[in-house]
Amino acid sequence: MLDKVLIANRGEIALRIQRACRELGIKTVAVHSTADANQKHVLLADETVCIGPPSSTDSYLNMPAIISAAEVTDAMAIHPGYGFLSENADFAERVEDSGFKFIGPSPDLIRMMGDKVSAIRAMKEAGVPTVPGSDGPLTDDADECLRIARNIGYPVIIKASGGGGGRGMRVVHTEASLMSSINMTRAEAGAAFGNDQVYMEKFLEKPRHIEFQVIADEHGNAVHLFERDCSMQRRHQKVIEEAPAPGITHEQRMEMGERCAAACRHLGYRNAGTFEFLYEDGEFYFIEMNTRLQVEHPVTELITGIDLVKEQLRVANGEPLSFTQDDIELRGHAFECRINAEDPKTFVPSPGTIETWHPPGGPGVRVDSHLYSGYVVPPYYDSMIGKLIAYGETREVALARMSSALHELVVDGIKTNTLLHKEIFQHAAFKAGGTDIHYLERRLGL
Amino acid sequence: MDIRKVKKLIELLEESGIAEIEITEGDDAVRISRYPASMPAAAPVMPQQIAAPVAAPAAAAPAAPAAEPAAAPVESAPAGHAVTAPMVGTMYHSPSPTAEAFVKVGDRVEVGDTVCIIEAMKMMNQIEADKAGTILSIEVGNGEPVEFGQTLVVIG
Repeated sequence: MLDKVLIANRGEIALRIQRACRELGIKTVAVHSTADANQKHVLLADETVCIGPPSSTDSYLNMPAIISAAEVTDAMAIHPGYGFLSENADFAERVEDSGFKFIGPSPDLIRMMGDKVSAIRAMKEAGVPTVPGSDGPLTDDADECLRIARNIGYPVIIKASGGGGGRGMRVVHTEASLMSSINMTRAEAGAAFGNDQVYMEKFLEKPRHIEFQVIADEHGNAVHLFERDCSMQRRHQKVIEEAPAPGITHEQRMEMGERCAAACRHLGYRNAGTFEFLYEDGEFYFIEMNTRLQVEHPVTELITGIDLVKEQLRVANGEPLSFTQDDIELRGHAFECRINAEDPKTFVPSPGTIETWHPPGGPGVRVDSHLYSGYVVPPYYDSMIGKLIAYGETREVALARMSSALHELVVDGIKTNTLLHKEIFQHAAFKAGGTDIHYLERRLGL
Repeated sequence: MDIRKVKKLIELLEESGIAEIEITEGDDAVRISRYPASMPAAAPVMPQQIAAPVAAPAAAAPAAPAAEPAAAPVESAPAGHAVTAPMVGTMYHSPSPTAEAFVKVGDRVEVGDTVCIIEAMKMMNQIEADKAGTILSIEVGNGEPVEFGQTLVVIG
């Protein structure tokens, strides 16, 4: 087994990775900025290396500092977590060139999936259904763009190839505004991603966001671990996730899951990944693939009984997957609430000292958080301070457990969005299941 | 003696039942003992307790400091101006193994004088004094790893 892993991340996911390493007897190296020296996983790590000042650019996004830290500690592998450098193909390449194992897919695959146009092309080839669209980048030819849009049918959405995750997008409802929308999106994309390539897709009015989890090893095996419904979003940021997706039949699930697993085999994919779809009127449409572990992986872990992070480490160690598709059974239902350090109504970030941290407990309740009483939430990073996850043998039981857990949760000293979660879990539409990706914003009047 | 070799010896000692190991390589010698004369008094809770190796010219403590909840990489601040590491890497006192050290305790330095090298990813980076004065102390041993913000030398 890998001897020592460097965790190139922070917060709850760094702790999650550390726990999996510990269970497998792997030593951990925690790299951190000066603002993060008191994080829980840093205090518990076998070795720690301060890699820079608070700013992410100079620390968690600082490739030479991270690789240098791996060198001086003699780490064997680097786990990038999610966000930061986890989907940076250059980083993955430099890690491997420096003689370390990157816990994730190959740099080429990261690159392919990072470019949304090439990702869609690869998926079409692999037989995964995609959104009707321009099938490639848009040119400057206005007549061509208008023709494509007419073909697809309004409304359409213009997306940046270098974007993803909700960034670099613009909806167009009428032909009159098409060209100006394309030009604006291009300009923004050039500025934000250094790549002004854009493409067009049909804009689905009331889709749900349903994604499939896959994991593949270095021996050509790929298994899907069913789907998650992440439709509860605000500004393209997920707020609540659940598994499995309500209303999806066993046949639909196995069919789409197998297509994703087959795509992995076809592409030579390695380690964990997620295929994201928009689902409307019974049809799945691929939008993008995330070539990393995701925030919401716990809900999948709870309904399958599989520890995804341990499996990632085993795959990185060159072992075959510890299960086949036939071994994977769907049992029960799970929800995850992302707890953020922010005002529940205005969403303004709320960093500061945690005076009292009291997590909930009881059957079917899991808390993934790095918080402790006295911990200071720094202002430099994203506001997620933990995840509250609830599992039950049915969706109703899981719902009730989450409501109950939200009421036990105490985070004194800063503001959190716990109140928002409590309210959503009372919404009749949410309790019925199947709300779309615009539901929350409409409901909040945003 | 290569710090990595010393670390491997320490690991060997821990994993086996050996009480003491002494290795001589040319002019270098290191003795690592399971029960050193002075035991560090830190709490056993934090997993980072490695038996302190003795004898070697360089004090071979492993990469990073403290699992204790002390705020930042700066330990007890020595009096004077600390020149800190702007990057992660390995500190060397001299431009090459056979050359003389850039500075010794007591040397006078001006702003811009090289005080040491930090090697990172096979590249040597010269670290310069950002204050004029006298070298009061060199806080890191030759060939030891350093992290961002760690005090390298103190100028008074």
